[in-house]
Amino acid sequence: MVQSIILSGVAIGCIYALIGVTYNVMFSASRVFSFTAGTLGMLGGVLGSLFIAQIGLPVAAGLFLVLAAAAIFGVVTEIVAVRPVLRSLDQHLYVLSTLALALIVQQFTAIEWGTDARPFPRLLDLARGGFDQQYWLPMLACAAVIVGLELLYRHTLIGHAFLAISEDTYAARALGLPERRLRMASYALAGAIGALAGFAGGEMLLAFFGNAPMLTFYGFVPVALGGMGNNRGAAAAGLMLGLFQQAANFLVGGIFASVAVFAVFIIVLLARPEGLAGAKLQRRV
Amino acid sequence: MATPAAQLSPSRANVLGATGTFGAALPFLALLVIGVTFPLFGGGYWGVIATRACVYWVLVSGLNLVVGFAGQIAIGWVALLTLGAYTASVLAAGNATPELPPYLALAIAAAVGAVFGLIVGLPALRLRTFYFAITTLGFATIVTQVALAWQSVTGGGVGVAGPSFPPPFDSQWGFYYFCFGLAAICTWMTANVAASRFGRALTAIRDAEVAAEACGIAKPRLLAAVFLFSGAVAGVAGGLFASLQSYITPDAFTLDLSVLFFIAILIGGRGSILGPLLGTILLTVLPEFAAPLVAWSTFLYAVLLLVIVLAIPGGIAEILDFKNRRPLESHRAIIPRPELLDRLIGETPDAGALTLEGVALSFGGVRAIDGLDLAIHPRQVHGLIGPNGSGKTTTLNVISGYYAQQRGAVKLDGAALPAFVRHRRAHLRIARTFQTPRIVGAASVLENVMIGGTIDGDGSFVESLLSLPRHHRDEARLRETAMLALAAVGLERLADVRADRLQHSELRFTEIARALMLRPAFLLLDEPAAGLSADEIERLGALIGAIAKAGTGVLLVEHHADLIFAICHHVTVLNLGKMLAAGMPAEIRSHREVVNAYLGG
Repeated sequence: MVQSIILSGVAIGCIYALIGVTYNVMFSASRVFSFTAGTLGMLGGVLGSLFIAQIGLPVAAGLFLVLAAAAIFGVVTEIVAVRPVLRSLDQHLYVLSTLALALIVQQFTAIEWGTDARPFPRLLDLARGGFDQQYWLPMLACAAVIVGLELLYRHTLIGHAFLAISEDTYAARALGLPERRLRMASYALAGAIGALAGFAGGEMLLAFFGNAPMLTFYGFVPVALGGMGNNRGAAAAGLMLGLFQQAANFLVGGIFASVAVFAVFIIVLLARPEGLAGAKLQRRV
Repeated sequence: MATPAAQLSPSRANVLGATGTFGAALPFLALLVIGVTFPLFGGGYWGVIATRACVYWVLVSGLNLVVGFAGQIAIGWVALLTLGAYTASVLAAGNATPELPPYLALAIAAAVGAVFGLIVGLPALRLRTFYFAITTLGFATIVTQVALAWQSVTGGGVGVAGPSFPPPFDSQWGFYYFCFGLAAICTWMTANVAASRFGRALTAIRDAEVAAEACGIAKPRLLAAVFLFSGAVAGVAGGLFASLQSYITPDAFTLDLSVLFFIAILIGGRGSILGPLLGTILLTVLPEFAAPLVAWSTFLYAVLLLVIVLAIPGGIAEILDFKNRRPLESHRAIIPRPELLDRLIGETPDAGALTLEGVALSFGGVRAIDGLDLAIHPRQVHGLIGPNGSGKTTTLNVISGYYAQQRGAVKLDGAALPAFVRHRRAHLRIARTFQTPRIVGAASVLENVMIGGTIDGDGSFVESLLSLPRHHRDEARLRETAMLALAAVGLERLADVRADRLQHSELRFTEIARALMLRPAFLLLDEPAAGLSADEIERLGALIGAIAKAGTGVLLVEHHADLIFAICHHVTVLNLGKMLAAGMPAEIRSHREVVNAYLGG
């Protein structure tokens, strides 16, 4: 029992962490939190089930198509919901535009895919066991993404450009960086990461349209607790969240877990709006 | 000169989006007539739809103050509908308590809604936009889960019967009139708030929060009142909703409903009552005209939301705002009438001096101000000049409480001013303007100026809600003072124009008028001449001089040396956070170091 709590807790935590990273990648490129983060996770599950279980594509082809589709959705998000808003004076409108886009995709899925959760195929032909693939696949995905992003940001030219944009957009633009293309690339990357979370965690979360708002909320908790733009903080907070939730689920029931997570989230946010791994206040006047 | 009332009487500014009092009320009267006579036309099924629209509006009217006026992005408001519905149903059914009469159950639902409205809303005091939105979303998820799991009380997935009201409200049309009556009352109450100093303060929090603080608006108290009200009406709407459905399960309260409420407001337009009302009716009725589209309704709402946000952020209210499409005069001159200032601020007694003693403040390694002494006296204009980055605006921000000095003291009449309680500065009659004008673009110029007098009222939020006499007295007085202030700065002809249609220089004078609403003992002006033409600068100088003459102590941060030397009684020159020189304008003008560092030879 302890083993299964830990395994499922870490696995779920890795999915939350990946959604948190999705938020972060979009945020660093545009200073915008997008409601589509959870939608991407949901799409990973639904599209994976569609391509592999329904259409019968091989797993590798299915994964490739899922990531490609999600990357395209990421770019569409940037073009439709983010870019026009960044230009406008009232930049808070991004909350509404990304919410609208997330709802459009979520409702479309509900209608075309159905409102019932459908099973997600087993990805690898291995026997079921204690340390099952449904647990280690999300962990692997999370580790790969975090390490991959670290390498990208530290050791490649395009990674440095991403960092420059997130540090100071105006200065980066003045240096001649193609800010808009880099932002689109970030959104494509974020799309792929979000969908990978839903795909790797498909067996646990199933292919279900309702995962979108759920992941949007629980995926944001690691961002809020870990500090925005901080991927390692998000990973740590995501793992804690997953473990806490699963433990509370087993021990005292899911309701308490949800209420407790919500309460902790609010309290931490109120006490430290900049997250546990803090940043500073902005100049307002 | 004619009597002020006759000469300055404004055509009553409107909050509702049409021209004049009657014009503004007309659409509401039309809706009232349609609503009352509806049973004569509508068949049985349309009765249900109309009742539903009324129930939704009861909730949306309150949410409108939160979203449309205060600009707080509360997307999970369905949670309060759920709470109200279950509270009313469970109490009336007697699942957990003895059976209560339905009206009492409804009242308790309102109370529960109010309490939870406050709980859900209060994070908005610290959290910004997306954070607050996601908090309400999380709350909505949890309430549904609790309803599902708490089977002994809520019936879990099986649900519970909604309350049924005794005659005459038990029949279909009886219940319709009950809901319609409540909807009408909610419309009336929120329209009252919208047209009050509280409604204007909410829009100031939404569009110009920093200016709202400078005007003395206490955001926590005001938002708490709005969340209580909004939660209470949402609770009532929940009870009505349960009764209308006659049986409720957690499935009835999907996020789709939240989306409907939220989008109704945005389609209607922020800061309007009529717009969201029409939006609610539209969204409730629309799916009925296209039965095959019912499954797609939320999808379509979302598309509509995207289109509205990207194409017409002003919503229906902006489309209906015919008055502000009339072109303005193109060559408008601002002709201040300083002679009115005596009436505006002349009667207030002079305060003591406002002094800075050894004030220092660093940002990281940068010493923005480094041991500054300064004294501003009533009836004098004190100029503060210096190169960019010398600490002028920082000084102004320390005085008005936006930054806390690390050393030294800011004293008014010898008593130290506390840092970081910005909105208390207005109560000490310290007013300010901003380098970039902070204005509520969607409100009229008059309303913007009236925001400056928000603290100058006796009536409470509840009195405004119910349109009691003190509310009217406050409004009449604020309006009169605001017209006087507008006339004094020379903008009274633009009183009814939307502020975002003004030219830059007019916005600067509007800010001065807004600051004058406090009858300030001290007025802090942050580069008021920036962007003004030479003529305008000359008139601005005369106006500032007259303000000082009427009794106010003015601190003038400025780059225009001519203006400074023309009107200042005393000038302090800053360089790198330190005082480089101080004295009479004539002394400064010939001060060797100042000429070298700043003025140029």
